[in-house]
Amino acid sequence: MREMIVSELTQALHELARGFAHYLPRLIVMLILALAGWVIAYVVKVILRGTLRLINFDKLAENAGASQLLGKTALPSATELVGRFVFWVTWLGFVLLGVSVLGILGLQEQIARFFLFLPHLFVAMFIMFFGLLAANFFSRAALLAAVNANVPSPRVLSLAVRSIIVAFVLSIVFEELGLAEQTMLVAFGIAFGALMLGLAIAFGIGGRDLARRFLEEKFVRPKRQENEDEPSPL
Amino acid sequence: MIGPVLDGSPSKACGCALEFNVEDGNFLTDDFLRQLINVGEVDILVGLPTHNNAKTIRSIVQTIQNGLLRSFPRERAVIINADGGSRDGTPELVTAISIHDARPTPNPYALRTLHSISTKYASNPDGGVAFRTILAAAELLRAKACIVMSPESTNIESEWVSKLLRPISYDGFDLVTPTYRRPKFEGLLMTNLLYPMIRALYGVRIREAHAPEFGFSGRLGSQFLNQNGWNDGTVGIGTELRFTLAAITGRYRVCQSFLGEKSQAERRSADLVPALRQTVGALFSALEPGFSFWSRVTGSQPVLTTGPDQEMLLERVRINRKRLREMFSIGVAELESVYQSILAPATLAELQRIAHLREEEFRYSAELWVRTAYEFAAAYQKSVINRDHIIQAFAPLFRGRVFTFLVENRNSSMNDVEDNIEGLCVEFERLKPYLLQLWKSKE
Repeated sequence: MREMIVSELTQALHELARGFAHYLPRLIVMLILALAGWVIAYVVKVILRGTLRLINFDKLAENAGASQLLGKTALPSATELVGRFVFWVTWLGFVLLGVSVLGILGLQEQIARFFLFLPHLFVAMFIMFFGLLAANFFSRAALLAAVNANVPSPRVLSLAVRSIIVAFVLSIVFEELGLAEQTMLVAFGIAFGALMLGLAIAFGIGGRDLARRFLEEKFVRPKRQENEDEPSPL
Repeated sequence: MIGPVLDGSPSKACGCALEFNVEDGNFLTDDFLRQLINVGEVDILVGLPTHNNAKTIRSIVQTIQNGLLRSFPRERAVIINADGGSRDGTPELVTAISIHDARPTPNPYALRTLHSISTKYASNPDGGVAFRTILAAAELLRAKACIVMSPESTNIESEWVSKLLRPISYDGFDLVTPTYRRPKFEGLLMTNLLYPMIRALYGVRIREAHAPEFGFSGRLGSQFLNQNGWNDGTVGIGTELRFTLAAITGRYRVCQSFLGEKSQAERRSADLVPALRQTVGALFSALEPGFSFWSRVTGSQPVLTTGPDQEMLLERVRINRKRLREMFSIGVAELESVYQSILAPATLAELQRIAHLREEEFRYSAELWVRTAYEFAAAYQKSVINRDHIIQAFAPLFRGRVFTFLVENRNSSMNDVEDNIEGLCVEFERLKPYLLQLWKSKE
């Protein structure tokens, strides 16, 4: 009985030692990958940060309206944020690569899915950034045009333009990320439809007089009258 | 004091005939080139950019022909019509007008042939392409003296041709800009911004740097034609102003000639934002390449002027001052976020303060106006936001300044108005170091 226990224990220890000997190189590889990944991620971050500063990315982000958003939520500058994001994604990628070397069943599929998801994440970020840039550009263009045309409530018009573009961009971003596609599609459809209906009702019923005045000034009132109000600049 | 040389030789194009690059002439149609070859060399070229001007073009061409026959009967002359896709038969009218139509006037007798050629450069009007076509034709025909006439000048006189051409043909000038007789409250962008700012920066007192009619020498035309950048998309905007500035920075000989009253139809045609794009946008964008020139200029010099420098009519013009003031206040309030990117905090705060003042207390001072203009110019150079947006954001502030100008000069005589403009010019010159400081600062 005693010999049997000792034998089982010895066998278990041997198997543990064999298993440890089997996993140790993989563990070391994982640690090396994690360490190398950290170094590479750090270098990538430094290079990216330098490049973004060189192309004045913060200015672009400011134009896109992203800087104001970051400032309000006490986040660092756009350049720093992109640098940190790329650092963590790169390092996480290396760590997951290391974990996959361990050969743990069940994790492999998740890791593969993560790597497949990365391009979508970057495309979504790209769309989001340029979408915000477009929203800011067109809302400012609407604001300037409305102010110079003496249209009432120019800021509301500008906000409406920005909201429509941002809603459109968000729907594309969520679709790209594959998150709640159906919900987003329905939500976007409802929100967009409601907005258009609201505008139609507001302009047609609520602002009946305004609409009449606007149309009269646009099409009935002679252009000459408008010009006589303002001296010719040239 | 370093000032522009207005009587010296041009720095770049002197003495050397610039050869026309055939590749650059690709934008000219084969038919147009054929017509130019048939004409041969000319002494005088009259450029006439048109777009749906059938109502006025006949009398204008006849007046030009008359002017040429009267004053330059021995010179070989051609009228080049660059048309931007007229649908009312303007080009046909130009070519159909016979020289004999002009002959019945007293004593005109041409010893040479007077040609009229028309070409359609595009389906839509583009002042830059039209002017480029005229310059290319002038270079191909080796014209010594050229003028560009506006197809909208309903009160054009045959003497205008002579007034614009004589300084070039006989006195060796390279650019002749016009001065006009106009109501005191017309051309306010000229009097309140373009004239004083160009005078302060370039040191030259040219009253109408952006004029619909002007004269120029063949060598200045060649130099401008062969400069780079016709295809960068922005050169077409405000070409006339760029041309004037190119003449100044190239140290060509510039003078002014008094033409007479500027026509009513022309004065009414320009809306504010397009006018700002054409003039202020062109001026701001020209500041960057011309920095080495204007940054060294101090003070200003008058240019030789034939006739009065400027004449004003004291006739009453109906202007809605209240609307101007309202649009200024609304603009300052609504565009706060835009102005924060463009203006210095102190300037914006002052604008916001005056925007809240009552109409009788409101005053947009000359100093504040100059600071505003210079800060806009620096913001344009740094592209703090989209450049066209910067120009559009300038419109409400210009209206505010116009309001003050109208109030200050409501009962003023011509001399008082001139004194007011002179004071503004001095302010622009005094604050020029502020622009240089803004220009050199990184933020």
